[in-house]
Amino acid sequence: MGNQNRQDSLERSTWQLIVFRFSKNRLAMLGVIVLGLMILAILLAPLYMPYDEMIRQNVFNKLHPPSAQHPLGTDELGRDLLARVMYGGRISLFGGIATITIAFVAGCMIGGIAGYFGGKVDTVLMRIIDMLMAIPPVLMAMAILTALGNGLFNLIISLAISQIPRFARVVRSSVLTLRGLEYVDAARCYGCSSFKIILRHILPNGIGPIVVAATLTLGQIILSISSMGFLGLGVAPPTPEWGTIISENKLNLRYCPYLGIAPGICICLVVMAVNFIGDGLRDAFDPKTKN
Amino acid sequence: MYLVKYSIKRLLMLIPVILGITLVLYFVMSLAPGNPAQQILGANASDEQLAALEMEMGLDQPIIVQYANYILRALRLDFGTSWINGNDVLTTFMSKLPNTLLVALVATLWAIAFGIPMGIYSAVRQYSLFDYGSMVVAMLLFSLPAFWLGILSQILFCVVLRWLPATGIGGWQHLVLPALILGANTLAAMIRMSRTSMLDVLKQDYIRTARAKGASRRGAILKHAVGNSLIPVITQIGISFAGCIGGAVVTETVFTIPGIGAMLINAVKARDIPVVMGSVIFIAIIVGVINLIVDLICAKVDPRIDLAA
Repeated sequence: MGNQNRQDSLERSTWQLIVFRFSKNRLAMLGVIVLGLMILAILLAPLYMPYDEMIRQNVFNKLHPPSAQHPLGTDELGRDLLARVMYGGRISLFGGIATITIAFVAGCMIGGIAGYFGGKVDTVLMRIIDMLMAIPPVLMAMAILTALGNGLFNLIISLAISQIPRFARVVRSSVLTLRGLEYVDAARCYGCSSFKIILRHILPNGIGPIVVAATLTLGQIILSISSMGFLGLGVAPPTPEWGTIISENKLNLRYCPYLGIAPGICICLVVMAVNFIGDGLRDAFDPKTKN
Repeated sequence: MYLVKYSIKRLLMLIPVILGITLVLYFVMSLAPGNPAQQILGANASDEQLAALEMEMGLDQPIIVQYANYILRALRLDFGTSWINGNDVLTTFMSKLPNTLLVALVATLWAIAFGIPMGIYSAVRQYSLFDYGSMVVAMLLFSLPAFWLGILSQILFCVVLRWLPATGIGGWQHLVLPALILGANTLAAMIRMSRTSMLDVLKQDYIRTARAKGASRRGAILKHAVGNSLIPVITQIGISFAGCIGGAVVTETVFTIPGIGAMLINAVKARDIPVVMGSVIFIAIIVGVINLIVDLICAKVDPRIDLAA
């Protein structure tokens, strides 16, 4: 019992230390605040911005510059841009989070199995991973999208698959270093199953680099989702998405630049906030790498 | 001599990789809903016409036979024809490749020319105003969507100021904006990578030794630190160049450049599977060759790397 308490307090203090180091990082905290505000604004959009505003077309009110009634102006169909940007954020931001979650879980499974069991399993899995890494992720996602067809769900799946190899690699190297440690041997001597050892002993200790990789990749994924939207892959109009909004206003940007500024700034702000958080997490998990 | 041997070995190792990629892609593509014959002939085709085309394309055979036939044809450099316009995949790809490579090359070169000196100077003057400034630039360039930057600069420099042509290919003026935009991400990577690497090297004992032997700080940096700090940067250049080929999809669409990126986007939209398959295979080969060149350069620069081992 006493041992258990000591274990708990040690564990908690490690995590507390990480939280402490993270909270001391000003840029990372700025990232948390910006991202938090952004998520709040997007989630609470139905409270201050009825969904109808986003789809209601009004040709008499088209290309209206920013005003009190339409803080970001209106597009060529007279739709309120603020409403479209806020509802579009659901897809750009939460689509990115969904993508990373899928890639994260699948990468943890593949990398965990390869690293823990080693031998032939490792060789086979890693050869497949190496193979997939020979193609730039964007192209891989596009190839899978060709097979699956357009659509938000398929876009998320194909982007997630294109990121799995990278996650699997990070997880594998993390597991490889932990596998040989004494407490894993001890757990095995206790009679723990392999599954339990991976889940309870290896993952919690090796999660740092994986979370950092996930956060830093999230920024790139949000960029990819909006780039794909801009290129006409993924979300189909009239559903708003930050990249799609810029694409549908492309022709009016010269005389109404405000139509492109807001969605672009949203993408940039979110990606930058996520990157700051990722950098902060990296420094918090492993202060040695800080420079 | 061992370099030639090593290169041949590496290139041979690409063969199983390509086989694997094609296998995965072929099976994913075969899961695609819809009948390719229907897609080519259109909705009005009769059943007889469909059956005839299916037979001609080998679609009536088991998938594994189809795959084997694809590989056998690919070995004779026959990657099939586009389902949309019937053009030969390899010929089309090769005719568009120079446009893409040229933009990617210029993009990488300007990013190297500015990024590496910026990163090195940031490291030498750590925590200075310049250091913070270049870190902010790198952070911004990492977070800005390329298509947004592309469209805004197109409007400013081509439409409003009329300094540069907005679209297409031709003289060097056509290259300026696409290369700047495509290289933005590489520039950010170069700044960060060379700064981190230089900071690492500056802490090494041999720098202290050089200083102790009487070298000036400038001398120690120029003679001992810069060269050693560039080794990880070279690897990054390879990765970034491969990234530029992927990023070409966006810049070529924005600036209407007839390259492989624009071709690929149209093929994906039209679900033109032979074109997508072929392009992905060729790009994987190009990336493999780039990685090989990078490794050869690294081995040349850094005698500690032994390729023969």
